[in-house]
Amino acid sequence: MSTKEKNTFGILAEFKNPGHLMKAAKLTNKAGFKKFDCYSPFPIHGMDDAMGLKPSKLGYIVMGHGLFGFLGGLALQIWTSTIAYPINISGKPFLNLPAFVPVTFELTILLSAFGAVFGMFFLNNMPRHHNPLFNSERFKKVTDDGFFVVIESGDPLYNEERTRKFLEDAGAVHLELIEE
Amino acid sequence: MSQKTTYIPEPELVQGNHTFGSITSLVADIVETPAPRWWYIVFAISSLLLGLLLAMLAYLIWKGTGVWGLQNPVGWGWAIVNFVWWVGIGHAGTLISAILFLFRQGWRTAINRFAEAMTIFAVMCAGIFPAVHVGRIWVIYWVFPLPNQMQMWPNFNSPLLWDVFAVSTYFTVSLLFWYVGLVPDLATLRDRVKSKFGKLIYGTFALGWTGGNRQWQHYEKSYLILAGLATPLVLSVHTIVSFDFAVSIIPGWHTTIFPPYFVAGAVFSGFAMVMTLMLITRKIYGLEDIMTINHIEKMNIIILVTGNMVGFAYIMEFFIAWYSGFEYEKFAFVNRAFGPYAWAYWIMFLCNVISPQFFWSKKMRTSITASFILSIVVNIGMWFERFVITVTSLAQDYIPASWGYYSPTWVDVLTYVGTFGLFFSHFLLFLRFLPMVAIAEVKMVMPQADPHYYDEDGNELNQANDSK
Repeated sequence: MSTKEKNTFGILAEFKNPGHLMKAAKLTNKAGFKKFDCYSPFPIHGMDDAMGLKPSKLGYIVMGHGLFGFLGGLALQIWTSTIAYPINISGKPFLNLPAFVPVTFELTILLSAFGAVFGMFFLNNMPRHHNPLFNSERFKKVTDDGFFVVIESGDPLYNEERTRKFLEDAGAVHLELIEE
Repeated sequence: MSQKTTYIPEPELVQGNHTFGSITSLVADIVETPAPRWWYIVFAISSLLLGLLLAMLAYLIWKGTGVWGLQNPVGWGWAIVNFVWWVGIGHAGTLISAILFLFRQGWRTAINRFAEAMTIFAVMCAGIFPAVHVGRIWVIYWVFPLPNQMQMWPNFNSPLLWDVFAVSTYFTVSLLFWYVGLVPDLATLRDRVKSKFGKLIYGTFALGWTGGNRQWQHYEKSYLILAGLATPLVLSVHTIVSFDFAVSIIPGWHTTIFPPYFVAGAVFSGFAMVMTLMLITRKIYGLEDIMTINHIEKMNIIILVTGNMVGFAYIMEFFIAWYSGFEYEKFAFVNRAFGPYAWAYWIMFLCNVISPQFFWSKKMRTSITASFILSIVVNIGMWFERFVITVTSLAQDYIPASWGYYSPTWVDVLTYVGTFGLFFSHFLLFLRFLPMVAIAEVKMVMPQADPHYYDEDGNELNQANDSK
């Protein structure tokens, strides 16, 4: 590794099962930590409340994209059929709104889906291939059967010894210092 | 009311006393261990068929669509039949991943991943046909609203153009949905594979997933929204495909029953295809604990329900043709059942309406052999349904002087056979290199994933005392 002095990213604490993790999340939240996260191989119900997270803002992103798809799709069809290239097709009106429903619908869905996927990546800071957590060999279990709490050193309440003690008391079965 | 009530618990979704870790290795080991010999053999055969498809397409593009059996009055033949059939098959994947998700059907987790993969590959097979059917494939971009030097724009009144938007949106959204579901499992593989190259590839596509709850929170929201979007989308796609027919004025096509009837048929054939593929893979890869008999039974019930919907539509169509008092419509239906294409009509009726009735019996529903045979029968039947609709209406429409009889040519047949090469070569690559079961989602439906499985201190509750 590099010769520079390594900074601490935070403390990784492993827990036995989702139940222990849930309890630890509640305690960590209660203790006032802000820069922490609970890691698990699958989403655990009730964890958002236990950690005190605000609801996801993804819905607004999707809404914006969906509206753009809807209005954009409609505008495209109205503009091309009435202004750019009006063409008489078996006497149908140029502004034939019922016929524009399917394409408008599909474009609304398409743009909303882009919003839902790329908005989620954006909110989750993905792609981010270099993460200090990946320095830990033990953390690899997180995608298999490992349950972890990480309290980051950037948290104002962070103190290496006291945080260590706190996590131990919360029921951690293994503690590890993660380097930047 | 009876005083005696007993609680009958749902059968466990995952059987065989698995832990989280054993589920991971059950699925991920398939990717990590070398492929068995049969895989290479089957992959070689499918690649040959894929080559056949490419050769047939090259021949078609070189010579023109005249090499197909199309002539007046039948301008839509096998190509359109195959298109509708393949798109329909794809619909089961979206139904399983989106609609069953919204209905909180936990059993979907065992089959959603490969049903979604099936959707993507089926839509790829479907998309080929209308694309080459235009004849001059090199100007296919005219169907997209792109500014061009001719100052022309597409005709948004045309159902064929709606189809372009519907199918391409469907493909894109299915792909995104599939990929979002894959991200946590790709991270699993990233953390498990030994080879440097594998780590690089899986790691790149896992996008740095950590499994933190701050990620899961947005992830779950995204998944829910995508399911909510894909549900109306899947219904709209086959509706718009049916508009290709229903918006025309051909007798037998111009009916309002088409959209729901097409969607039911699509789900019917799609579930049959998922069943065929599932019965083979669960056996070969030993996934019987995840894809249990209960899964098979539930899928067979859906096949029975949608099969009856399709049967109802056949009969209702016939009734309305008579009830409308419209001479040409009446003729079109009598001609379907008793005219020159009666053989196709009765194959369709037998396969789609009669054969699923076996599933009223629990013994048949839970029999693997019966499920396998009937799933193939249903897919044959659904292909014939599209054939009957497309060809019989065109072959004998208004003026008897212009009637004809359509037969495919060898190019038609071999192109269709070739699409199986495209489908199976991709499907085999998927089985080989990607987790075929949604690992994270299966863990989520296990009882020990639920925080209520534990007491306040996080210790396991005694299950015997759990009176839920």
